Amino acid sequence: MNAAQSLCYVRSDRRGWRLACAIALIPGLGGCITVKAPNTPIVIELNVTIKQEVLYRLSGDAAQTIDKNGDIF
Amino acid sequence: MVHTTRPLRSALRVVPALLLAVSWPASAQTRDPVYAAARAQGQVGEQVNGYLGFVTPPSPELRKVVEDINIKRRALYAQKAQDTDATIEEYALTTGCMLITHTVPGEKYQSPAGTWETRAATPPQRDPRCP
Repeated sequence: MNAAQSLCYVRSDRRGWRLACAIALIPGLGGCITVKAPNTPIVIELNVTIKQEVLYRLSGDAAQTIDKNGDIF
Repeated sequence: MVHTTRPLRSALRVVPALLLAVSWPASAQTRDPVYAAARAQGQVGEQVNGYLGFVTPPSPELRKVVEDINIKRRALYAQKAQDTDATIEEYALTTGCMLITHTVPGEKYQSPAGTWETRAATPPQRDPRCP
């Protein structure tokens, strides 16, 4: 008995709960969902976009840093 | 006689101090000769990550100079990253983009693929995220 089933067992005296539980249990009865792995690798573009924004934000400061520390650049 | 020499003496004392004060930041802005020569000869190059890298195996002297510079760069990146609410890597990468742009023809730089390239008159290959 899983968590949803045990909840349903306890609260099945109420009509609304019975309906909600019936809906909640449908996926469990409905069989398996097959997930097929894609042929191409998944590329998370979001990370790249955030990074690029950071780079643009820092570019002015970095340029000044280079100018002021000519001995190590 | 006493009244004229006193200001002169104090002026003579101040002038060397002033010269030192003016020359000090200027000397701090110039590259170490060992580093400058190695850079011009393509023995060291600018990496994508904002640090210097060895294109060819370095002499012990060159290794020390370049590693020293990289330690100073990291300390500077750390401080600036804190000032700008960024990570050290983010700040270093941004600086690396600009350092690659600032290379002059003949100098070495690292391409986004990781290979060493010689800077030509044309713009260098850079990370697509570079500003």
